[in-house]
Amino acid sequence: MNTATLARDDAPVRFYELDEHPHPEGHSTMLGFWIYLMSDCLIFAILFACYAVLGGNFAAGPGPRDLFDLDLIALNTAMLLFSSITYGFAMLSMQRNRLRQTQIWLGVTGLFGLAFLSIELYEFQHLIHVGATPQRSAFLSAFFTLVGTHGLHVTFGLVWLVTLIVQLGRHGLIAANRRRVACLSMFWHFLDVVWIGVFTLVYLMGMLR
Amino acid sequence: MSHDHHAVEIPHASMRDYAIGFVLSVILTAIPFWLVMEKPFAAGVTAAIIMAFAVVQIVVHMIYFLHMTPRAEGGWSMTALVFTIIVVLIMLAGSLWVMHHLNTNMMPMPHDVRQIP
Repeated sequence: MNTATLARDDAPVRFYELDEHPHPEGHSTMLGFWIYLMSDCLIFAILFACYAVLGGNFAAGPGPRDLFDLDLIALNTAMLLFSSITYGFAMLSMQRNRLRQTQIWLGVTGLFGLAFLSIELYEFQHLIHVGATPQRSAFLSAFFTLVGTHGLHVTFGLVWLVTLIVQLGRHGLIAANRRRVACLSMFWHFLDVVWIGVFTLVYLMGMLR
Repeated sequence: MSHDHHAVEIPHASMRDYAIGFVLSVILTAIPFWLVMEKPFAAGVTAAIIMAFAVVQIVVHMIYFLHMTPRAEGGWSMTALVFTIIVVLIMLAGSLWVMHHLNTNMMPMPHDVRQIP
C-alpha cells in the first residue's frame, strides 16, 4: 500500500495544453504553397518520364533536329532568366517597403514572361505550320504536352502577376499582399527550375539524338 | 495587431543572393548551349556534361532564388523536397527501365502478319 503511493508520487508530472493557440492569419501559407509546388513537380516529373520514354518514337515523321531552332530556345531561356532576376528585384523592393518600385519590377517581370510566351507560341505555330502537330507522332504528342503544360503555368503566373499589381495598387503592402508576392515568387522561380529541365532534356538532348 | 509583422515568415532575400544566383545561372545555361551548338566533344560526353550542368543549375536556383535552407519552415520544406525528389527519381528511373525492357523484348512487328513464314 505504502510503496504503491510512493511510486505514484514519483511519477513525472505532465502538463497538457488543451487550449488552442491563436494562429496568425496565413502563418502556414508559405509551407502549404511549397507543398503545392512539390505536387506540381510530380506532374512535371510524369510528363518528363513520358517524354523520355516516347521521345524517340518519330513514326517516320520529323525529329528534334529537323524542328528545333536552338537560337530561338536560347533567347527564350534568356527571357525566363531575366524575369527571374527582375522578380528578385521586386522582392527586394518589397522588403524596403517601396510600393511603386515593387509594382514596376513586377510589371517588368510580366513583360519578360509575355516575351517568353510569345516566342513559345511562335515556335508552336511554326511547328504546326510545317505539319509537326501533336497528332503526328508520339514524340510530338509528348513534346507538346510537356512544353505546353509549362507554358500554361507561365500563362496563369502572368494572370496572377497582373492581379497582384492591381491588388498592390488598391491595398498597398499589407501583410496579405506581402504573402501573395512571396508565394508568386516561389511559383515563378519554380517554373524557371522546370524550364532548366525542359531546355536540357527536350531541346539540348534532342539536338544530340 | 502586433502579430501582423510576424504573421508571414517571408525568407529574407539579399541583392547579393540574387546577383550570385543570376551570374551562376547565366554561366550554367550558356555553356551547355555552346557545347551543343559548337559540338567540341562527342555526343555522349556532351550529354553527360549538360545533364550535370542542369542538376547544378537546379541546385543554384533552389538556394539563391527559392531561398531553400534546411531550417526553412522548421525543416518541413526540406522534408517535403527530399520526399518529392525520392518519388521523382523512383518514377523516372522505373519508367525508363521498364519501358526500355519492353521495347527491347518486343518482336519486330511486320505490317502484314500473313508474310510470317
